[in-house]
Amino acid sequence: MRQMSAAFLILAIVTMIAACAAMTLRGLVHCALALAVAFAGIGTLYLSLGAQFLGLAQLLVYVGAIAVLIVFVILLTRGGESDARPLIPTGLPITGIVVATTILALLAWAVFHSFAIHSLGPPASPATVRELGTVLMADYVLPLEVMGLMLTAALIGAVVVAMKEKQDTQ
Amino acid sequence: MTPLAGCLLVSSTLFAVGLAGALTRRNTILVLVGIELMLNAANLNFVAFWRFGHHTGMSTGVIFGLFSIAVAAAEAAVGLALILAVYRHAKTTDLSLLTGRAQ
Repeated sequence: MRQMSAAFLILAIVTMIAACAAMTLRGLVHCALALAVAFAGIGTLYLSLGAQFLGLAQLLVYVGAIAVLIVFVILLTRGGESDARPLIPTGLPITGIVVATTILALLAWAVFHSFAIHSLGPPASPATVRELGTVLMADYVLPLEVMGLMLTAALIGAVVVAMKEKQDTQ
Repeated sequence: MTPLAGCLLVSSTLFAVGLAGALTRRNTILVLVGIELMLNAANLNFVAFWRFGHHTGMSTGVIFGLFSIAVAAAEAAVGLALILAVYRHAKTTDLSLLTGRAQ
C-alpha cells in the first residue's frame, strides 16, 4: 500500500475531469450533469479509501439530492432568461484564475515538501456501519441531535425563503 | 507518491477548480456549485487523513465527514432557496447584472 492503485488513479482523473467540466461548460444543465459525475467520483473515492458508509451517503445525498435540486433550480430560473450570452465576458476573469492557480501551487508545494505525510502508519481498518452506529449513538449523541435540529431548521427556512410572496396590498 | 499525497493532491485540485469557478463564473447557481466542490475537497481530506493518519483506531474522520455532508446539504438547500427568491425579485441569476442592485 505504498503506491497508489490503478483504480484510485482512474477515479481521481475522472473526478477531476468532471469537476473541470462542471466549472467550464457553457450549458447550465451540462454543468449540473458533470457535477453529478464529479460527486459520484468522489463517492467512489471514499469507497476505495475504505469508508463505505460515507461513500454511500455521499452518493445518496449529493448525487441523489443536491444535483437533482440544482437541476430543478436551473429549470425554474431559466424561464425569463435568454440563452444568448456574450461569449467573452466583459471583465476578463483573470484574477480568479490567478488566485486559484496560486493556491493550487502552494498546496501542491506543501504536499510535496511535507515530511509528516511521508512517514505513515498502517492504514486504518475500514469503518463498518455497526462501528459507526455505535460511535454515533455513544460518543456523538449531542452533535447528532444538534445536526437533526439544524437540518429541520434549514429545511423550514428554505421553504419559507422560497415560498411565493403575497402580493402587497397598497 | 504515497496514497495520502495522492489524495491530498486530488483534493487540492478539486479545491482550486471550485475556487476558480466560484470566482469567475457569473451565474449564481454555478458559484454555488463551486462552493460545493470546495466542501467536497475538504471532505476528501478528512477521509484521507483518517485512513492514512497516525491516529488510527477511531473513526473520527468518517464521523466528521458525515456531519460535514449534512451541513453541506442544509447549505445547498438554503442557498438554492435564496437563489430562487432573488430570481423572483430581480428576474435574473446573473451576478454581473445583480451587482449594485441591492440597496
